[in-house]
Parts: sequence; structure tokens; C-alpha cells
Amino acid sequence: MATAKDFQNLVKPNWCPGCGDYGVQTAIQRAFAASGKEPHEFIFISGIGCSGRMSGYLHTNGFHGIHGRALPLAQGMKLANRSLTVVAAGGDGDGFAIGAGHTLHALRRNIDMTYIVMDNHIYGLTKGQASPHSDLGFKTKTTPNGVIESPLSVLQLALAAGATFVAQSFSKNLAELTALIEAGIRHQGFAFINVMSPCVTYNKVNTYEWFSQHLVSLASIDGYDPTNKGQALATLVAHDDLVTGLVYQDGKKKSYQELLYGYSAAPLVAADLHLAPEQFAELLAGFG
Amino acid sequence: MVQQISWKVGGQQGEGIESTGEIFAKTLNRLGYHLYGYRHFSSRIKGGHTNNNIRISTTPVQALADQVDILVAFDQETIDFCRHELRPGAVIIAEASINPHLPAESGIVLCALPMATLAAEAGSAQMKNMVALGASLTLLGIESESCQEVVAEIFAVKGDEVVRSNLTALQRGVTALRALYPQERPDLQLAAGDKNRRLFMIGNETIALGALAGGCRFMSAYPITPASDIMEYLTNKLPQFGGVMVQTEDEIAACTMAIGANHAGVRAITASSGPGLSLMIEAIGLAGMTETPLVVIDVQRAGPSTGMPTKEEQSDLLAMIYGTHGEIPKIVIAPDSAEASFYDTIEALNLAEEYQCPVIVLSDLQLSLAQTTIDGLDDQQITIRRGKLDLQPQLPEQSEPVPCKRFLLTDDGISPRYLPGVRNGVFHVTGLEHDELGRPAEAAANRRAQMEKRLRKLDGLLFADPVRVDQRHATPDLLLVGWNATGGAIAEARERLEADGLSVNCAQVRLLHPFPTAAITPLMAAAKQVVVIEQNATGQLAQLLRMNAGSAEKIVSLRKYDGNPFKPGEIHARISEVLHGHS
Repeated sequence: MATAKDFQNLVKPNWCPGCGDYGVQTAIQRAFAASGKEPHEFIFISGIGCSGRMSGYLHTNGFHGIHGRALPLAQGMKLANRSLTVVAAGGDGDGFAIGAGHTLHALRRNIDMTYIVMDNHIYGLTKGQASPHSDLGFKTKTTPNGVIESPLSVLQLALAAGATFVAQSFSKNLAELTALIEAGIRHQGFAFINVMSPCVTYNKVNTYEWFSQHLVSLASIDGYDPTNKGQALATLVAHDDLVTGLVYQDGKKKSYQELLYGYSAAPLVAADLHLAPEQFAELLAGFG
Repeated sequence: MVQQISWKVGGQQGEGIESTGEIFAKTLNRLGYHLYGYRHFSSRIKGGHTNNNIRISTTPVQALADQVDILVAFDQETIDFCRHELRPGAVIIAEASINPHLPAESGIVLCALPMATLAAEAGSAQMKNMVALGASLTLLGIESESCQEVVAEIFAVKGDEVVRSNLTALQRGVTALRALYPQERPDLQLAAGDKNRRLFMIGNETIALGALAGGCRFMSAYPITPASDIMEYLTNKLPQFGGVMVQTEDEIAACTMAIGANHAGVRAITASSGPGLSLMIEAIGLAGMTETPLVVIDVQRAGPSTGMPTKEEQSDLLAMIYGTHGEIPKIVIAPDSAEASFYDTIEALNLAEEYQCPVIVLSDLQLSLAQTTIDGLDDQQITIRRGKLDLQPQLPEQSEPVPCKRFLLTDDGISPRYLPGVRNGVFHVTGLEHDELGRPAEAAANRRAQMEKRLRKLDGLLFADPVRVDQRHATPDLLLVGWNATGGAIAEARERLEADGLSVNCAQVRLLHPFPTAAITPLMAAAKQVVVIEQNATGQLAQLLRMNAGSAEKIVSLRKYDGNPFKPGEIHARISEVLHGHS
């Protein structure tokens, strides 16, 4: 059985010392090992930005694509080969700005895969501009007088979009994050995990300390039921989305693959590419 | 007796104009005529003028006729809109209740038939199109029996009563026309067809069928005129083969999802028109950089911007060749008939895997939407070639956590490929410049090596018939060059130019990138003058020829960009004008 070490590839990340993404990297490697699968059974698709480099820092199949498009790339791969375990990742700019449309539609499409967002409330790789998750009043290079656009409530957005698995964690909470990623992989549908992953260089407000002080564990809320969508929404509103843990899971809704008419039970990559003469003749008969 | 007739039916969109044409064409196809149908329509669901033009011939046709012989008009707008296309002596079968009128001395015969009333007597005024068909066939000297079988088949699902009343309406049209216009018109009597029933398909259908026959099992696309037929056909057919068509949120997702599916190993396509292609350009660059096979169909329509969505144009050519930022290997092909669209789509899927790069199949609205008879499509000609893809690789154990060399430097620039998911086969790709291992790398020597590797892949590109040449003369007065849908009109114009005493060769360019310089240069060198005929305002193919094929001083660019397809007489007249001007 593969261990977390088998998912390490010994490449030194180009992240800043102390970056939240290191914790996410460790959690991914541990969760992959815990899932019982081998490195070649995974494909990890990432977007552009600091977090986008993640695919290059894991020993699994990887596809480092273009900005904002990790999700459609990943969905195409999953539909092409349903035996692959598909995990996509990116930052809050990738997922909620340039790729926001894909995020919404991936949530409602519910293809069986996992999406991890490394959320630092800032654009780090381009050296410090506001993100769609930056707080009101936050001063950045492109908002010298403070952010005036409302930050997206990404967890509420996910619920509204019909998500079947919504979770949030913090890169410092290794055990919780690892467990959530593993649960996301096991979820039969689209699993969305937002991870607060502090940028130590360009975000001096939303720091490790800040997140530690503001994030509330859902486990500490008496009677919280992650299968109750109404309660989940109310809790998110009450805590301004600053919670950690499994927010919501709908284990009943079937995944896109299960609902697709005629979709091959065997991986599509194994399909015969040739049409039998009688199949071709039948197709031609439609054009008489 | 005549060998060909141009028939047109017009009215308001949503009035059954399409189905009238469909039943008419089906009938004639069964009688063994060659057909070329082309619809005029607008970007709206109901209302607005629409017409359906069907050219009927005893020999193959690939273009619209210069003039219309018979016009069926359900409203005055149709008469006003189409009158200028009618030849002297043409017949208009018009709905009597609209009080149809023509200017005096028009030379056109107006037959006002109470089609709605006759249909209502047969059961429902809606069947006025059946009355029109009965009248039309009678003018052509064709017995209405041939149409009865088609009517019975089409309305069978609606029950015997519906079939019976439609047949009655059809017969009323026959009788009414004979009563109103008893003259025999030899100039409208069609010589008999050869009784061979042919395929009757639009280009989008041959593209979609080609994709299926070429092993495509995944499509992701966003609806757009005039490309949506492709996704609609495959939505219905792919599940029969285990596959799937995904309607995405936009064209960026359509293209990247197809890249993902191709990367995982399924033959996947996307299809769109100009506005969608503009959105896909960054992703096409990604496919080039990651050496992922990808087939993108671009059914061109009139641009720029939203332009004229339902009108013909060939103005995406240079954008498709040069559109991506940076430099990637890319193949751009342009089938020159509906039949060729079938085989070329299959070939595009093969080339994409053999050369591990994006292939753009250019079509245009006329080629994709014109409905033509095709003698047959031959599945014996189909081959599936996947290049260096190894589906069952035996790989040495990955003792170190190092990815496999997906971008191994090779003499031909093409690296061995296998699919993600193979034991010991972990590999990584990135849109960043990378080394053989697929890891980001910026060192100068590696950059040069990887750029040169990618760009030399197409040095050995093999593409059958990059230029379809019809060469009658060793040193012709004229070489007529076109691409995509214009070939039929060019071929007919050529016969008229030859009749004028000129020697003329024709060439349709089918491989646009890499440019088939070797194939076309001698053709141009041998001709006294080269006329490049294309549906755009800036002469994009002419520009490519000037860049790539020499003889620039011989090139005359003949352009049309009003949204309507070239007709043979128009090409003939404009070339004659040019020659006259030059002499």
C-alpha cells in the first residue's frame, strides 16, 4: 500500500517560507495515501498562481493548465476515464474570479471529483492585488483605498449552486484537512474543499493568527448536522463563512456519470473506436 | 425538357417553410435527382422572412443557381424579396389570399392559388404547403404519386387521418395548378432522374458522422449558429457507443474539457463558430504546448463580433492560423464539400493523435448548412491511426519519484505517448515551458530544444490532397483558387470562361496550415493570372498565397462579404470585368 511518502516527488516548491500551501501539500499526500490508491491512479489538475504549482510537487499524474480552467480540464479527464481519481486545485483568483463560471457549473454538474481551493484572500504570484475573497477595506496594490467590492461568500455560493459536498479547513489544521480531502475523494460526486492558506508575504491581515482567531470549528457547534442544508446556510450566514469542517454533504444525489444516459460503465478510453459495418449502415440510413 | 431547375419557397419563419422544402427534396431525391438546398434565415425563432432554395439537377451540383425558375410565395414579402432573382418566364405560385402583385412588364408569370383555402377544405389551412408541393411538382411535369409515399412516411406517426388529409391537400394543388395554368412549359419540365436514391445531408451532419466514424467518443460544446447541429447530432448518437456530449457553460470550458478528455485518451472534439473560437484560442495554445491531441471545428459565419450569425463568410482563416499567442504546431484544414467534410474530420482525428497537436477543421456556413445529395460515404476507407500512442506500455519500475519523459526529445519531434493511469507511468504536463520530464524549466538550452522539438513535428506532415486541382491545361490563362464552399460556383464559372475562349484551371486549397507551398507554387507559376475567390473583405487566402507561393504579381483577389454565397454567374461576370479592365 502506498504511503504519504510515495506521493512526494522531492521537488523543492517555489513557495515562500511559511506559505500555507505547504500544509495543503502534506495533507494531500496523506489523504491520497489514506484513500488506498497508488500514485498512478490519481491525476492532479491545477490552475495558475502559487497554488497552481502544486501538481508539480506531487508524485502523481499531473496537468498544470491555464488560469481558471483547471475544472473543465479535470471534468473532461474524469468523463474520459472514470477509473482515474481526479483532483483539481487552484487559488481563490483561479476559482472565484477568472474561473468562477466553471466553479459554479462544476458544482451543479456534480461529476465525481475533488476540488481544493487554496484561499489566501490575495493574488500572491502577481505580487499583491485584491482577490474576489479579499475583505472589504483591505488595502492592496490595486485597492490603495481599500476593497469596495463585497467578498464572495464562496461556501454559501457553493450551496446555492447545488453542491453535494462542501467543506472548509485551514492549512494549519493538518488532521482535519487530511480527513476532509479523504472524505472528498470518497464522496460520489463533486467535492468542494476551501482551504484557508495564508500568504505570508502579501497578506498581512489574514494571517495564521487571524484565521486561528476567527475560524469556528463546526464540530464545536452543538447539534450541527451537515446533511441539513438550511442549517448549513444559516450557520454560514451567522459566521460569515468563517467555519471549518464538513459544511454540507448530500449523499443521495447521484453523480453526473451515474445519471448520464448511455454512458459507458467501463472507462471511455477503452471504447472501440471502430464502427461495425452494420452500425455505419444504420447511421447512414438516417440520411435518406 | 431541361436538366436543371431552381425552386424556392418563402414565407415567415415558423410557417413550415423548412418542412415544405424537406418533403419536396425527399421526393426528388427518391427520383434520382442531384440536389443542392440552401436556406435563407434570420436569428429569431418566429417571424421574419425565410426561404429555402432547392436546385434540382440531373448531374451533380455544388452551388446555388444564378436564377430561380419557380418561386412559391406565402406572402408578398417573399415576392418582393426574391423577385430580382427570378429569370424572365419564371413562375410564382403565390397564396391568393394575400392579393399578390408584381410590377407590370416583369416578364414573370404569377399564379395566384388559394392554397390556404384549398388546404382548409382538405382538413386544415396549415396544409397549404402540401397544396404548394402538388402545384410545384405539376409544373415540373412530375407525377404527384412520387410525393405520396414521402408524405405517408412523414405523417405516419400522426395517424391515417392526417396522412389522408395531407394527400388530399397535395392532390388539390395538382388540380388547381392545372386548372389555373394549363400551359405545358417545356422550359420547366425536368428530364428524368436516374432513380438512384442518395444520401441527402448538410455539411454539419457529415462532420458529425465523420467524428463518430473516426472514433470520437466525447464532445463538449456550447450552442452557436451555425455549428449547433454537430453537437445536437452527437448528443443523440454518442450514447449508443458509450460516449457523451457535454453542453458546457461557455466555449472556454468546451475547449478545455475536450483537451482534458483527449489528454486522458478519448478522441474528443469541440465545435463552434467565430465568436466561440475567439474564446478558445488560449486553450488551443495550451494543447499545442502540452502536445495534447485536439480537434476543433470552426463553422465560419459573417463577423466581426456577433456579425451576421446566419450569413456566409470565410473570414476566420488568418485568425485560426495565427490566433494563438506564442508559436505552436497546429494544423488547419478546410474540406471543400460535404462529402470531404466526412473524410477530413476523420483525418483530423488521426492527425491530432499522430502529431500530438491541435487540428482546426474550418468549414463555412454555406458548406455546413447547404443540404446536398451525396452518392455514398464509404466506411471501408476509414482508418484509425493513433501515432505513437502505446495503450499497453510495459514500463520499468519507477524506483525514484520522477515522472516519465512525456516530452522526450526525438528526431521527428514526436514523443512516445501513453495515457495517465498506467502503473509506473506517472507523468506531468504543463503550459509552462518544460523539460523532457514535463517539469517547468526556463534554461535557454532546454527552451531551444523543446521549441524546436515542437515546431519540427509538422515538418513531415502527410496530408492527402492538400490542394484539389482540376487541371485541364499545362499553361492556362487563368488559375481560379478558392477554399471551403466556393468550389461548386467556381467550377461552373470556369465552364463559362472556357466557353468564352479562355483556358482555365481550378484549385481548392484544403490544407491551409502548414501551407502546401510545394503543391500550389507550380500551379501558379504555370498560369498567366491567378484569381483568388473568397468570402471575406481582406482577401485572406490571397495574402497567404502572396506570402507562401510566389507569383504575387499574378494574383487578383475576388472578394465577397455581403453574407450571401457566390453564384457562378457572379464569379464569371466579375472575372470577365477584371480581364476586360486589364486588356
